[in-house]
Amino acid sequence: MSDTTLTRMDLSEAVFREVGLSRNESAQLVESMLGHMSDALVRGEQVKISSFGTFSVRDKSARIGRNPKTGEEVPIQPRRVLTFRPSHLMKDRVAGGNRS
Amino acid sequence: MIRSELIQKIADENPHLYQRDVERIVNTVFEEVTGAMSRGDRVELRGFGAFSVKKRDSRVGRNPRTGETVQVDEKHVPFFKTGKLLRDRLNGK
Repeated sequence: MSDTTLTRMDLSEAVFREVGLSRNESAQLVESMLGHMSDALVRGEQVKISSFGTFSVRDKSARIGRNPKTGEEVPIQPRRVLTFRPSHLMKDRVAGGNRS
Repeated sequence: MIRSELIQKIADENPHLYQRDVERIVNTVFEEVTGAMSRGDRVELRGFGAFSVKKRDSRVGRNPRTGETVQVDEKHVPFFKTGKLLRDRLNGK
């Protein structure tokens, strides 16, 4: 598998190429997209992007964990976690593009 | 929140942009992420999270209805790991 990592910069570069806004404005738009998605999730909403995937927030209850190194028991507080469920289209494209 | 609501929020904040350009912008960003993963690349968005591709080894599965064994080939699946900042925000920190 290649070890290329894309960042915000690559996403705003793509917006810049596609729409022809300034690089600065493209970067701000990418940031604002991520901001709105994060805000919705923090409010407990699902973020459902058709043909991409669904981000949802799940409540995890408290449990007793264990430090794997020392074997010591540690309480884990109830918390909220984010899960991402890729769409079928994304799964197919990722599977198809990485066939060995 | 669905795609069209996200587009609407961004359009409302940017009245100087055409709605169809906002749509292209939002679609381009999601397309870049999917495209990167289909090439086996990672997309790391600090504070939000990282998209990557995980390999699942081939295995012998079982049809739960018939009990029949089936060969499941090796495959690659999309994976998302939540960023630290967002994880903390979800928990009110």
